[in-house]
Amino acid sequence: MSQPVNKAAIRAEASLLFAAFQAAGAVAVEADLLLPAETLLDLYGEDIRARAYVTTDPLRGEMMLRPDFTVPVVQAHMADGADPARYCYMGEVFRKQEHLGNRASEYLQVGFEVFDRAAPEAADAEVFALFAGLVSGLGLRAVTGDIGILMAAVRGLETTERRRAALLRHIWRPKRFRALLDRFAGRAAVSAGRLALLERLAGGAPEALIAAAGAFIGLRAPEDIAARAEALIEDAQAAPIKAPEAALLYDLLGLQAPAEAALGHLSGITPLLPAIAPAVDRFATRLDALRARGVAVDTLAFEASLGRTSMEYYDGFVFSFHAEGMPAVATGGRYDALTAVLGAGRSIPAVGGIIRPHLVAALKGAI
Amino acid sequence: MLKIGVPSKGRLMEKTFEWFGRRGVVMRQTGAEREYSGAVEGIDGVELVMLSAGEIPRELAAGRIHLGVTGSDLVRDKLADWDVQVAELAALGFGHADLIIAVPACWIDVDTVDDLDAAAAAFRAAHGFRLRIATKYHRLVREFLTAQGVADYQLVDSQGATEGTVKNLTAEAIADITSSGETLRANHLKVLSDSVILQSQAVLFASRGADWSHARGVLERLAMKLGLTLPAI
Repeated sequence: MSQPVNKAAIRAEASLLFAAFQAAGAVAVEADLLLPAETLLDLYGEDIRARAYVTTDPLRGEMMLRPDFTVPVVQAHMADGADPARYCYMGEVFRKQEHLGNRASEYLQVGFEVFDRAAPEAADAEVFALFAGLVSGLGLRAVTGDIGILMAAVRGLETTERRRAALLRHIWRPKRFRALLDRFAGRAAVSAGRLALLERLAGGAPEALIAAAGAFIGLRAPEDIAARAEALIEDAQAAPIKAPEAALLYDLLGLQAPAEAALGHLSGITPLLPAIAPAVDRFATRLDALRARGVAVDTLAFEASLGRTSMEYYDGFVFSFHAEGMPAVATGGRYDALTAVLGAGRSIPAVGGIIRPHLVAALKGAI
Repeated sequence: MLKIGVPSKGRLMEKTFEWFGRRGVVMRQTGAEREYSGAVEGIDGVELVMLSAGEIPRELAAGRIHLGVTGSDLVRDKLADWDVQVAELAALGFGHADLIIAVPACWIDVDTVDDLDAAAAAFRAAHGFRLRIATKYHRLVREFLTAQGVADYQLVDSQGATEGTVKNLTAEAIADITSSGETLRANHLKVLSDSVILQSQAVLFASRGADWSHARGVLERLAMKLGLTLPAI
């Protein structure tokens, strides 16, 4: 439901933030309002269709009203950007709201992105400190996280490659990740349906079972069906992830502590989970860089599962700033893998974030 | 005057007329056989509006009709926050159908939504695009699959003959309503064992957004005749 808002006050607030990003060394960039839907759908999956306004262009096909800036800014940088580069932008983004209420469906976003190979942890700290400075005085609660540690822990699990890949694929979908982990760790009983399926599959060669199931239809090839049938049988025979290792992963998923204490905890479990050592080292380097910029890392909140939602693409440091009763006022993080996805074979470490000026203006009482 | 929207043709219309008729509210089509106008006897102040079942959710949400009979599947799919916009007065006990996900029967490795998710990952890797699920129930299916954490799929719109899309290679799986499952079997499809997204039936809905100032009295009389207890609207 739209409510009359003071757009001039919001734009004035946005302009201040935009100027601050430029003063921090960023080059101002523009992005199209209409973006090809295909890229966004491939990246976010079907969920984006529920959140973005989709329209059809007679020549360009399915298009979306810009749901965020990151994708066009990364694409522009990967096509012909300087290296390193700092960018900032300001403009409207559009998000359909599926629930009645006063959440905005179009609002200004102001953002800052750093593409720099030299010292990623220093860039993380630079971005966080810049954002923390801009929203200081608003009484916001800052939360940080690091998805890279969780991903490293999964990559280091002593289990089959197929199980590691399944967990990594669902790292941004906490519920399914948890269900998979419960199953692979032997904590959840194998369902009756799965047992029946395994029994059927054990009853003959896949090719014979497919033939017996009736007419063959569809694009999914018989060999793909047979391959997965064999994979299911193989997986049923694989040993569960060992209890101590699984316990460490459950512990990691639930870890919430002040950043400095979190580092102490993670350093303590690293000998038991050696695969996370490089990620924990990066975490330590980042805390040093934050400390050097005056961030109080002894009180800064850290949550290992922050940023794990299906509409995100972060794969390292993440942060957000919150006030009661509204969406996050500012969010950001590192998205190295996204630059590879959009870079046609090239990639570059990247970190950035956005501020929602309408929320800043509301907190200042300007609207 | 209280406006009530009912399906304008077919079994849904007949069953709706029967349901009200048994409770002393006689509805009938007026004019020529194919003319979409109707009359109500047995109670004063009720106007019959003949509508396509698919349009009744929107008319209820807009408040252009006070009451409406349509499938709960249509209301839940077409209206965001449906229970804020309309209230269920009575489940009518007909028009039963389940919204389910079905895949080719030859997929011997797929029995659950979990299997579908794994098959979708492999399918995308092999074919370079996300596994297509044909449906007309976009909101319900997407919400279900999001809640289940399924990835690497896409919904493709299918407004009819959805069961044929797999054979015609325009989709790999479907999400549709089924009552007996006969059409699915005839098209070489099977239902995923844990994929009942919604059990739907015909429901009498009340609009929360309609102007009730001159209709509340009629509603109370109608509810008494139909033997219904009214929720807060």
